[in-house]
This record gives sequence, structure tokens and C-alpha cells, in this order.
Amino acid sequence: MNRQLTRLAVVAVVLLGALVVGTTYWQTWAAPGLADRQDNAVQRVAQFEIKRGLIYPSAEHPLFASDRVKHVKGQTLYFRRYPAGGLAAQTVGYSTPGRSQAGLERSMNDYLTGSNSNLNTVLSTTLDKLKGATVKGNDLVLTIDPKVQQLAMSQLGARCGAVVALEPATGKVLVLASTPTYDPNRIDKSGYLASLAHVGENNCGGPLLNRATAGKFIPGSTFKMVTAAAALDTGKFTPDSQFYDPGYCTEYGKPVSNAGNPDQNGPEQFGHVNLVTGFEHSINSVFCNIGKQLGAATILEYAKRFGFYSVPPLETPVNERAASGLYTKNDKLFDPKHPETEVDPGRLAFGQERLGVTPLQMAMVAAGIANNGVIMRPYVVGKIVDSGGKTIQTTHPHQLGRAIKPETAAALTSMMVLAVDSGTGTNARIPGVKVAGKTGTAETGIAHTNTTWFVCFAPAEAPRVAVAVVLERQHGFGGSIAAPIAKQVMQALLARR
Amino acid sequence: MITAIGFASVYIARKSEVSLASVLYAAFFFALFVAAHLVVRWTLPQADPYLLPIAGLLAAIGLTEIYRLGPKDAFRQGLWVVIAVAVFALALLAFRRDYRVLENYKYIFGLVAVALLFLPKVPGLGTTVNGARLWVHIGPLQFQPGELGKIALIVFLAGYLREKREVLAQGRLKDWGPLLVIWGASMLVLAATNDLGSGLLYYGIFLGMLYVATARTAFVAGFLGLFLVGAIGIYKVTPHVRERVTIWLHPWTEHKVYCPLTNSMALRQDCQSYQLVRSLYSMAHGGYGGTGLGKGTVTNTDGSPLIPFLKTDFIYSALAQELGLIGAAALLLVYMVFVLRGFRTALFASDGFSKLLAAGLTFGFALQTFIIVGGILRIIPVTGITLPLVSYGGSSVVANFLVLAGLMLVSNRANRERAL
Repeated sequence: MNRQLTRLAVVAVVLLGALVVGTTYWQTWAAPGLADRQDNAVQRVAQFEIKRGLIYPSAEHPLFASDRVKHVKGQTLYFRRYPAGGLAAQTVGYSTPGRSQAGLERSMNDYLTGSNSNLNTVLSTTLDKLKGATVKGNDLVLTIDPKVQQLAMSQLGARCGAVVALEPATGKVLVLASTPTYDPNRIDKSGYLASLAHVGENNCGGPLLNRATAGKFIPGSTFKMVTAAAALDTGKFTPDSQFYDPGYCTEYGKPVSNAGNPDQNGPEQFGHVNLVTGFEHSINSVFCNIGKQLGAATILEYAKRFGFYSVPPLETPVNERAASGLYTKNDKLFDPKHPETEVDPGRLAFGQERLGVTPLQMAMVAAGIANNGVIMRPYVVGKIVDSGGKTIQTTHPHQLGRAIKPETAAALTSMMVLAVDSGTGTNARIPGVKVAGKTGTAETGIAHTNTTWFVCFAPAEAPRVAVAVVLERQHGFGGSIAAPIAKQVMQALLARR
Repeated sequence: MITAIGFASVYIARKSEVSLASVLYAAFFFALFVAAHLVVRWTLPQADPYLLPIAGLLAAIGLTEIYRLGPKDAFRQGLWVVIAVAVFALALLAFRRDYRVLENYKYIFGLVAVALLFLPKVPGLGTTVNGARLWVHIGPLQFQPGELGKIALIVFLAGYLREKREVLAQGRLKDWGPLLVIWGASMLVLAATNDLGSGLLYYGIFLGMLYVATARTAFVAGFLGLFLVGAIGIYKVTPHVRERVTIWLHPWTEHKVYCPLTNSMALRQDCQSYQLVRSLYSMAHGGYGGTGLGKGTVTNTDGSPLIPFLKTDFIYSALAQELGLIGAAALLLVYMVFVLRGFRTALFASDGFSKLLAAGLTFGFALQTFIIVGGILRIIPVTGITLPLVSYGGSSVVANFLVLAGLMLVSNRANRERAL
């Protein structure tokens, strides 16, 4: 019987050995994959055992996100509190047991929970674990100026829209406001989201959407900055290039009337004008003719140089940002293979033709022109600090690339200054400061629901801020609705320090 | 040996929260195992010296983890361990001269096994817990008779197979009769009570012991084939089994499927397979080193348990998270040492009954460990069954201490005869 006994023993040992192999598989090989799964309930709870890092602006107040300790059945859990409420809710996001995560809370989770691969963090986290102490995350110090952010939010008020302010030379995000907003402290309370369904003027709703980075708006005349940049940078036009404006532009044998442009001020027909005047008064026929001569391919090529057709870099989650460009009816980004036959160059040139752009992208266009044609990578996390107060990572300015020549930027700047001084954007004038800007008013096809824009930077000779303001479903125009808000934001930012 | 028991007790004290209560708790269990050891020294001086300390260590690990999951449960389980050690000591005292008298009562054991299995089916006595009717309620006492039925069946098989092994090997149908009747009856009862884990266990024990007794691989092959046919048959007939297999093969779905629990559409990981899936997440969260005892994540943020039946069937998942791969592998190695000592006992035993008894008890112990941990690890479908000596459950711990008593009785005799 002993031979059989030995064999049976081998079977038993093999069975138990298989358990060792199985355990090893799940705890080492499969573990990272399981940890990343959305439905991982264990991870979701374990996150709250970590003292999450704080999120605050450089001034330290108000705190965008802090922790509240709660003892549940012998367990110490850390839940989030958002003292600033809805001030920058879409950017900061939330981290709650009920609704998982959004915003920087999601994309910067590795830092906030101290599970990033930074050597310093790894060391202290491992030590904490060995000591049995609470693991502490890293703090995020944002570049947002809370006072001006507050100003932008109150200026937008109940209206739906966004304000983005960048520092042109660095790409630092100073304001990233989106309305309507929500209270992240109440986000996982039952019924709260349903109660937000109709917030905002004209039921515009969508408080969770970060309009500043993911809202796609028709750019209208603000796109003329891109068209003008292409016109001048290719050398095919100069500021003094002559045009004749009969009040319309002929495309495919049919007239496209200037009257379709609510943004244009002055008479219906300007007659003989140069490019500068065309820009100053936002004359559609001028840009329509430029578009026809340059071709859609060239304009789109310049748009891409400014960052269109790629999702603008920022620390927020990639699905909370959108690329700007032409969109199909099904809301798909459309990069035409044969622009000359697939795109109407005239309408493209003055910013209609199925264009969808984000306020962040338009702010990047203004900042690029302000920065002598060089686009900087926008960033909202200025530095990352460990729980002991030591800076473990500082964000350095980074060039994304050159969009236009310095001469082109200079010529565009003076055209934009003229538009504010005596053109469509006079409501953005600041005494003693030269402001460069461009208005935009896009009809959405529904009466009295214009998308109103103002995109600008100041001071024109040494720019310190670039601002994009957009408001949707407005009765008025970019110059009358968006420009005053941009003016206030610029003034507040320039008054700092 | 003493050091091993000492380690077991110190383990409790060091790893749980250090308080007077937990130190007293540890001291009490240390004393309990010293007493058990003294009984062994007196009754079975030549028994295998590893078996009791290993069992003590496993029980201590179990108690520690149960204490961590729910201090009140640990107190109840502690009482059961005391009862189990008392039963263990009584068994040693009763059979210290010659346990082989048991062989004379093999048919009674066979009938007792079937009767015990059948007990939960008796109206008024049985209670249904977790979908299977395995429990007997007598007053305040809740009891799972199937655990003891397993031991009775092993005694029956050992006695019967010892007597008839030669004729069985020749394949005379007449000699198979009683064997098939008793074994078949227990399988039928198990199938009827939906107790798949125990069914698998009984089948495995039967096969293992039959092979040891007859040395006929053809029998093993035949019964394995029969098992496959039976398994496919049950799969086709029983929706319950089909669901288990589906959960095992596809615990995650990309799209929503019909969820019978809520009668709506849901991802399977949020519905039927959430226990298995969360248990896998729990183990993965432990990684190499584990979170440390008491530091693991076993409850939701509101304090409700994350994984159902964590302290009974799924205790391995909690241990693997808190002790990590290192601790879980060490635990499995402890089981392996116990199993190897058991087989060593069987090898050294001089008579057929002792060999078969030790082999049956040991293989049953190993197979039970494989069935539950293998289920948790998705090696086989999950079947509810306890992890020997570690899981929460009174009847289980008493039955496993009886297994221990049986192995020690056999080893004492074997070692005494070798020494002569």
C-alpha cells in the first residue's frame, strides 16, 4: 500500500502547491491590473484610509480640498471637504465614496494618495506603512488666483460660460472658471445632481462640465485671429493689403452677406478697406476673400500650429478636456483629408463652418500672439509639496512650439489693439493700459441665442495676461457682453503684486 | 514543540491590539495548548510531535483573524476551540489503548455518516443558511453535522476497504454493494442539499482511499470518468451549478447581463460574482507584504462588510490581504507540513486499517483546503466549505480536532511498534 500512499501524498502536495502558485498569481502578476479596475471596491475604500493631500492656491486660502477624519468601526477614514465650494469645482473635481472621482482629484490621484513613483514619496510611504502610521499624500499647489477666479465666477453669474486667463510667457493658468458650477461637498448626496438639471440662465445646465477646457463653442469672429495669422505669416497678405467690401462675399456663385455677422459694427458696406480695418471692424467679406485665396488647408494648418486638433495639455483628466477644430454633426473631430473640397474656406475664415473651440484653446491663441508667436504649455498645478512641506516637484514653463513669426505676432498685436481702441472691442479698454483683443459673436441658428466671445491680452507692449471669455445663449454681442468681463479680469490680474 | 505552541500564542498577543484583554486571551490559549500537550504526553507519548503544534498554530491564526474581523465572533470561536480541545482530549483518553476497535463498528459508522448528513433534512431540525440546508438547530446550539459525517465516513471506508481490498480489486460486484450503498447515499444527500463543496470532498476522499486500498488505477480512471459524466449531468440539470460555473469562468463582463439578484441588468462583477471578484481585489490589495494584520480593507466606508462570509468561507482572502503573499504562502506551507506528517504517519502504520484511516483523514484535510482556497483563487468554481482549523465555525473546528486526534492515535501506535 505504501507506493499508493506516496502517490496520494504527491497528489495532495501538488494540489496545495497549486494554491501557492494561484496566490502568487493574484498577488503579484495580476495585482496591478486589478488595482486599476474601475469596479475595484477594495481599492475604492482603501483610498479613504490614506490622508489625502490638500489642494490649495499659492495663497493657501481658501483651501480647494481638505480632509475630514471620521472613525468608522475602529477604522480611521479620511473624507474630502471642499471649503471653496463651487469656486473651481470642475477643475479640482471631487473624491467621494459614492461617485468615485473627477477633476484633479482623479488625474492627480497618485500624488494625492502618495502612491506616485517619486523617490521621496516612495520612501516616506513605505516607512509609514512599516510603522503602521497613516499614509499621507502630497499637496497640490495650484496656479489659480482665487480672488480673480472669484471675480470671474461672479461676473459670469447665472449665465453659462467660462473664463480662462493665462500668463503668456509661462502658460500658467490664473483663472479657469466655468458656470454654472456645483457644490462638490454635496455631490454624492442623493437627489443633488437631479436638482442641478436646470441650473443656469435659459436652462443651459451641465454644471459638471468644465466649460473652460471641454466646452466646445463656435468661435465666430475670434477665429479671425487665426485666419489673420495665416494671412500675414504666409506672406501672401500684409496689414495694408487692399480689399473691396460690397457688403457680401461671393462663394460658389452665391453671395454670403456681412449681415449674417452680428459682430460687425459700422455700415453694411465698407467699400475699399485694408486688412487692418477689416480686422478692426470684423468685416466678414474681407476674411471670406482671404479664406478663398489661402485655402482651407492653410488656415487649418495654422490652427494646428496654435494647438487645434490636439487636446490641450493640462493636469486635469484627458476626458475633461476637448480638442478644438472642425466637428461633424455627430460631434466627432473632423480632420479633412482634402480640405480644398471638403471645407468651405470662406466660412472657415470667419469662424463658422462647423468649428468647435474651447475657451482654453482661444486663450492659448491670444497667449501665443502675446508671447511673440510661441505657444507655452498651460499648467494649473504649480508645484507638489509633501506632507512635511518639502517641495517635491515644481512645474517649469515648457514651449509647445512656434505658431507664427515674431513679426506676424507684432502685426497682429497692433491690429488687435486697434480693434479695442476704435473697433468692436471698445468695452475692454482699460485707462492707461494698451489692450489687444478680438470680439466674437456666433449665431447658433436659434434667435437671440448667440455665443459671445472676447479674447484678449494686456498690456500689449509687454503682455502679462491673456484672457478668453465666452458666454452661451446670449441676446447681445461679444463686444457688449464678454468684453466687459474680460476687462474686469484683466484689471484684477494686472493689479496683483 | 513547546516553542511552536508558544509562537502560536505570542502571535495572537503581538499582532492584535495590545490590551490586557488580548494578553489574557493569548495566555489562556497558551495554557489550553499546554494542557492539550500534557494530555498527549500522558496518553500518547510516542505520537508525532509536529501535529498538535501545527494544529494549534492554525487555530491561533484563525482566531487572530476572526478577532480582527469581529471581536465578538472570536469569543464564540474561542469557546468552540475549548470544546474542540476537550473533545480531542476525550478521544485520546478513550482510544489510547487501541483505536482499532472502531473497525468492528464500521457499518454503524457508515450508517451514522448517512444519518448525520440527512439530519438537516429532518423538518424542524434543519435550517437553511446561505442557500444550503446544512445546519441543525437544537435549542440555542447550531451545528453542521456534515463535518462529523465526513469523519464517520472515513472510518467506515477504512474499515470496509481494509477487509475487502483483495476481493474489491478483483471487481466482484457483490463486494461493492455495501460500499456503493453507503457512499452513494451520502452523495445523494449532498446533491439534494446543494452542498457541492462537501460532495466534491467526499468523492475525492473515496477515490483516494479506494486507490490506496486496491492499487487499481483503472478504478480511479473509471470513477473520474463517472465524476465527469455526473458533473456534466448536474451542470445541465441544476441552474445553481450552472451559475457557479459561469461565475468561475467569466466573473467580469464588459456589458450588462441579466442579474437575478436584483431582477435587472447589471455587470456581473456587480451582481452574482461580486463576492469572488471582491475577494480577488482583496488579495491583490495585499501584494507581497500585505497590509499588516488589522490594517487591511475589509469594510465599506460606512463600516458594512465588503465581502460576504469573510470570516467563514472566505477567510483566506482576508488573511492573504493582511499577511500578503509571504504570509499566505507560509500558511499554505504550514498546511503542507501537516499533510506530509499525516502521510508519514500513514506510511509508518503497520496495519491496513491504520494506513487507510490516516490516509483518508489526511487526504480529506488537504482536499478540503484545496477546494475552498482553490475556489477563492479561481482555480475551481467556488463551493462553500470551511478552511480547516482557521475558518469561523464550531462544528468545523471540533471535527478537525477529531481528525487530529485520529492521526495522533495512529502515529503513536506506529511509532511504538517501530521502536520495539
